[in-house]
Amino acid sequence: MSLTYVGSVEEASEALASQGYLAGRPLALAVHLAVALDQPLLLEGEAGVGKTEVARALAAATNARLIRLQCHEGIDVHHAVYDWDYPRQLLALRAAEGGVDEGQLFSRRFLLRRPLLDALEADPGEPVVLLIDEIDRADDEFEAFLLEFLADFAVTIPELGTISAARPPVVVLTSNRTRELHDALKRRCLYHWIDYPSAELERAIVHARIPGVSEAIASRVVTAVGRLREHGDLYKLPGVGETLVWARALLALGEDADLYETLGVALKVHEDVERVTQRGVLDGV
Amino acid sequence: MAYEQLSDAVSHQLGALGASLRVQGSRVGLGELLTAHRALEAVDCTSREDARLALRAVLCSERGDLAKFERAFWEVFGDGRVPLGPSPFDDLSEEAREALPHAGVPATGPRPLEQEADPTAVPAAWSDVELLRHKDFATYTDLEMAAARELIARLARRGPTRVSRRTRPSRRRGHEPDLRRMVRGSLRTAGEPIERVWRAPSRRPRPLVLALDVSGSMTPYARMLLQYLHASVAARRRVEAFAFGTRLTRITHELGGRDHDRALERAAEAVVDFSGGTRIGAALAALNRDHGRRVGRGAVIVILSDGWDRGDPEVLALEMARLRRSAHRLVWLNPLAAHPEFAPLTRGMKTAIPHTDELLAGNSLASLEQLAVILEEI
Repeated sequence: MSLTYVGSVEEASEALASQGYLAGRPLALAVHLAVALDQPLLLEGEAGVGKTEVARALAAATNARLIRLQCHEGIDVHHAVYDWDYPRQLLALRAAEGGVDEGQLFSRRFLLRRPLLDALEADPGEPVVLLIDEIDRADDEFEAFLLEFLADFAVTIPELGTISAARPPVVVLTSNRTRELHDALKRRCLYHWIDYPSAELERAIVHARIPGVSEAIASRVVTAVGRLREHGDLYKLPGVGETLVWARALLALGEDADLYETLGVALKVHEDVERVTQRGVLDGV
Repeated sequence: MAYEQLSDAVSHQLGALGASLRVQGSRVGLGELLTAHRALEAVDCTSREDARLALRAVLCSERGDLAKFERAFWEVFGDGRVPLGPSPFDDLSEEAREALPHAGVPATGPRPLEQEADPTAVPAAWSDVELLRHKDFATYTDLEMAAARELIARLARRGPTRVSRRTRPSRRRGHEPDLRRMVRGSLRTAGEPIERVWRAPSRRPRPLVLALDVSGSMTPYARMLLQYLHASVAARRRVEAFAFGTRLTRITHELGGRDHDRALERAAEAVVDFSGGTRIGAALAALNRDHGRRVGRGAVIVILSDGWDRGDPEVLALEMARLRRSAHRLVWLNPLAAHPEFAPLTRGMKTAIPHTDELLAGNSLASLEQLAVILEEI
């Protein structure tokens, strides 16, 4: 299956499902639109609901190359697009005894390609899914640059000129909402909020991701996680990721393992664990 | 000449219209009046109805303004009868015309205007501001509030910073060599890197979270402190503003934008529990849970409250402890702390103090200045 075949909501849903990613219809629709309209897709949601996985699954299902840009504090063009290999340039300068002209020094030989440049220069025959992960960690300046990048799918390297994509990649951005993104960037993107899945969907996810898990374990874990999320008094709620680890834990320990003893796989804040234990939130699961 | 006189007459009437709207609490400035002029040029001015609609479109900006506008329009333009005979504006002196567009309130209006219409609220001299510095917010008059605005805006620009991983060129022998510039420089010196240049980390604004208590006991201070919140949101990046009484409301969006009065109006509308009770613990719980990602990650958190808490002290202690652990610094601004005999005796304060890094007064401009100094040092 290739990207051009994600031609409908159902096909998007199937493509994701073929990689073990079970998406609700709203998400499948958003993915379909992102491919059909050539527009970036901005995914937000609580931690562990599978934002990053969407891009991975889409790329794997469509035989596209996944290029990932992990944003971090202080990221700039030289981390994201290109940089020059300065040590080698200096060596070349010394070796040539000054007989190197600028054009040679700033040629592709000394160019370090970073993810965004890779995405632009990908072979037109090879589709690309570009994942820009945790965009909220980058600062406003980088966000502004990204806005331009997503508008034209082109960057200008002063020494080399403008490089533009022969075929714009499918772009998936994720944000953890540690800060509000700029409106302009949001307007450029399709937006989807990934919610916690319904119990039914989550059970299906457990089965799809962990082969050999029994229905008893799946429903037990999903019920437990559902209670924790409903409890409403916890600092950090368990995501789908935690559900899967919990199911694996029960698979290893045996179906009847005590949920309170294994609470540490789902809750990572001491007060939360204490509160759940004291109040007996998981009693009877 | 006749045209000029006519346009002066229009300016006069528009001035009166604006003044009347201001008296009723609408916000009409010179900008709106200029637009009103242009709007009148764009429509058929001989039609009273068209002119009314055009002016209404320009001078009203929310539903509540419409009734005010109708009243003002009637006051200024009467019931639609056209005055006959020579124009009463013919004998306006040059000075009067000069003055009209500048002053918010015309010297003579069709109707005597109340005192509140006086729009001059700019500090006339530095000494006025000096006098305000130590004055308690609770005893401020409306005029003084407006005069302090400029100073508050200046204070709000000062906030916490942190070292960024982004670097910038530096003259001093610093953290890492700037290879980019060295290669460039070497080109000029036949490949010999003679000049050493450096890059040093830059500083960025550190996230700042302001949580303002708007419960009944804070009412005398809430208005001025809300001004400070607005000024902070407007002046700096990475500022989050919250108001709380019995529940927590995020008002960052509402306080955004340059229009001061409108921002405060929007914020006041968004907060449903103005001048009500206080449950600080519950409010902080909401801050920790619903906005944990915003307040964590090295933010400086400033709580502006008098510490009168009607909620469960255990909840407050728990949430304060949690907040303290996730924040970079926790500052508490208590207007009551300015009193020389202040002791943190209220249950809320007693519970909270062990978890705060700084306790400041927050009842006057001087104390806000103190806050600014502390934030800068953080």
